[in-house]
Amino acid sequence: MDAILFLLFAAIAVVCAINLVLQSHPISSALSLVGVMGSLAVLYLLLGGEFIAMAQLIVYAGAIMVLFIFVIMLLNAGTELRSKRHLWGMYAGIPMLLALVGVVAYIVRDVLPASGAVVFGSFQHGNPEDIGKNLFVNYLLPFEVTSVLILVAIIGAIVLARKEVD
Amino acid sequence: MPPLPIPEAAPLSWYLILSAVLFALGVAGFLFRRNIITVFMSIELMLNAVNLSFVSFSYKLKQNDGHIFSFFVMVVAAAEAAVGLAIILTVFKNRQTLEIDEVSSLKN
Amino acid sequence: MNFLVLSLIKAAVVAFVLMTTLAYLQWIERKVIAHIQLRVGPRRVGPHGLLQPLADVIKLLTKEDMLPSHVNKVFYFLAPFIAVFFALIAISVIPFGGEISIGPIKTAMQLTDLNIGVLFILGLSGMGVYGVALAGWASNNKYALLGGLRSSAQMISYELPMAMAIAAPLLMLNTLSFRQLVDAQGGYYFGIIPRWAVFQGPFPQIISFFLFVIAAFAETNRVPFDLPEAENELVAGFHTEYSSMKFAAFFMAEYANMVTVSCVATLLFLGGWQPLFPAEYGSKFIPTLIFLLGGAICLFHGFNPVRPLDRITLPVAGIVFIGIGAAFLIPIVATILLPLFWFSAKVGVILFLYIWIRGTLPRFRYDQLMNFAWTFMFPVAIANLFITGLLVALT
Repeated sequence: MDAILFLLFAAIAVVCAINLVLQSHPISSALSLVGVMGSLAVLYLLLGGEFIAMAQLIVYAGAIMVLFIFVIMLLNAGTELRSKRHLWGMYAGIPMLLALVGVVAYIVRDVLPASGAVVFGSFQHGNPEDIGKNLFVNYLLPFEVTSVLILVAIIGAIVLARKEVD
Repeated sequence: MPPLPIPEAAPLSWYLILSAVLFALGVAGFLFRRNIITVFMSIELMLNAVNLSFVSFSYKLKQNDGHIFSFFVMVVAAAEAAVGLAIILTVFKNRQTLEIDEVSSLKN
Repeated sequence: MNFLVLSLIKAAVVAFVLMTTLAYLQWIERKVIAHIQLRVGPRRVGPHGLLQPLADVIKLLTKEDMLPSHVNKVFYFLAPFIAVFFALIAISVIPFGGEISIGPIKTAMQLTDLNIGVLFILGLSGMGVYGVALAGWASNNKYALLGGLRSSAQMISYELPMAMAIAAPLLMLNTLSFRQLVDAQGGYYFGIIPRWAVFQGPFPQIISFFLFVIAAFAETNRVPFDLPEAENELVAGFHTEYSSMKFAAFFMAEYANMVTVSCVATLLFLGGWQPLFPAEYGSKFIPTLIFLLGGAICLFHGFNPVRPLDRITLPVAGIVFIGIGAAFLIPIVATILLPLFWFSAKVGVILFLYIWIRGTLPRFRYDQLMNFAWTFMFPVAIANLFITGLLVALT
């Protein structure tokens, strides 16, 4: 059952990622990226990271991607023009890419030791309480530094994007 | 139909392979797309793939430090997205184009 | 019984009750707003307009489902689906009562008790923005696009004070799962005052409650924050180009969001299904008293009816109310119905507040709305969170 869930959402993630690379309009790419983030959130849940899964939904899919979609809608970015050369590149490149992925996967499975199976529910430390204890005791300094980083980013974004006052 | 040889639970290496595939797709999008915003979204895809890798290894090592690294990656990605989109807005205001090939006045 | 079968049965019951509630919430809204505005509201379809929601459903189903030629077809179909999906999924973590046992089956009145339930609801309200933004974009219509962008900007601006208003009682109650939140609000001060989060020390969460309710009005696009979908401002905002079932989907998503947010406010601030005063002082008889009183009023008006049809309908309603009041006295049924009654009563009070404010207040202009979020609610939410954290840390 866990493997079927993994395969389903991994397939959705890969299809959405391919869609992101292939679509010509940025809005379709943005929505495909939201699909990738959603399926990755489910995979985090399978790996026992429930706080990270919800943070992915709230922060990444719910705020950052909305910002992307706003900018795309405001700028009215049209469809992208395709460069007409390199068609032979696509016909030769995709089978070679798949072959490369197959060879690398085979080598990884042969050389590295067998990894255990990911059983849903066997990792119990992903809940907010344990993450909070670890974050605010061991990683307090990076936490404070990232808050300063966000403040700098807010000020930078406001300064860059404001209207010129003439 | 005979039962397919799907194991009961997915081994961890499958998660890492998925992370590598998503990262590769992100690199492909970054290199081959010409719209600035799509290039930016490919960067976000790469960051997501790395997050999956962090959480997988955190499962293997049975600690939640990987989750915390992943959380910091999300925070930094948020800050980077805000500033990057502000820069894109400024570039659009000045050049009226969103293709990276046309923002080339420093070339030659 | 098998867990899967039990979950499916619970999901079917919850879905059925939710759909009926959404339909009759619209009826209640039209009647209450009508009486606030000194008129009567729907009266023709069924006694006192009770079959009006059915008539509306039939109308919306049989209306022509157009697909305008200039829209972006994929997003046009996707947007109402996203809006309804995320609005309805949020009900799956809301607990309606305690543990009940019907015969050999012992189950909780909740579809699933996630230990991150509050974060789940926050995430879903963030994802609900996509339905609105895509609807505005897909319609290929500048009024719809403006309405969609304004609505999304409003929703994400008010998510911040809402999240901080949620964080303050969580500091005191120390858990993210909804069932444990309600259990942490049990018990009474001095034997009489309930330990709900609005009354609980060290800092009664009254400011958080008001902040949450105001932010919830903005999140669900209700008056006074409904400029993006106001009919006399922006044509009809982001759902201009939608007709029949897709429009009904947006409508349903808005009411479902309202119900979800009221349930979350009840669970976080008003103590969920905890009764108002302890059982020793007779709180078990409050629902019986209320229903008997309602039945008596209906019967009294049934014998001196204002309109001729009321000679039949009001006594029937009175007998139904008295029957429900008597049902609360049976002990086996009371263990299921009592927590449900308190929960529904509190949710009903907040929903009535929604409808009352819709009938009373004018709407904000868009820049006043954004100003209110960023210059008033956000600092107040931060200050509230700071004071709560300080007082919790000091005691």
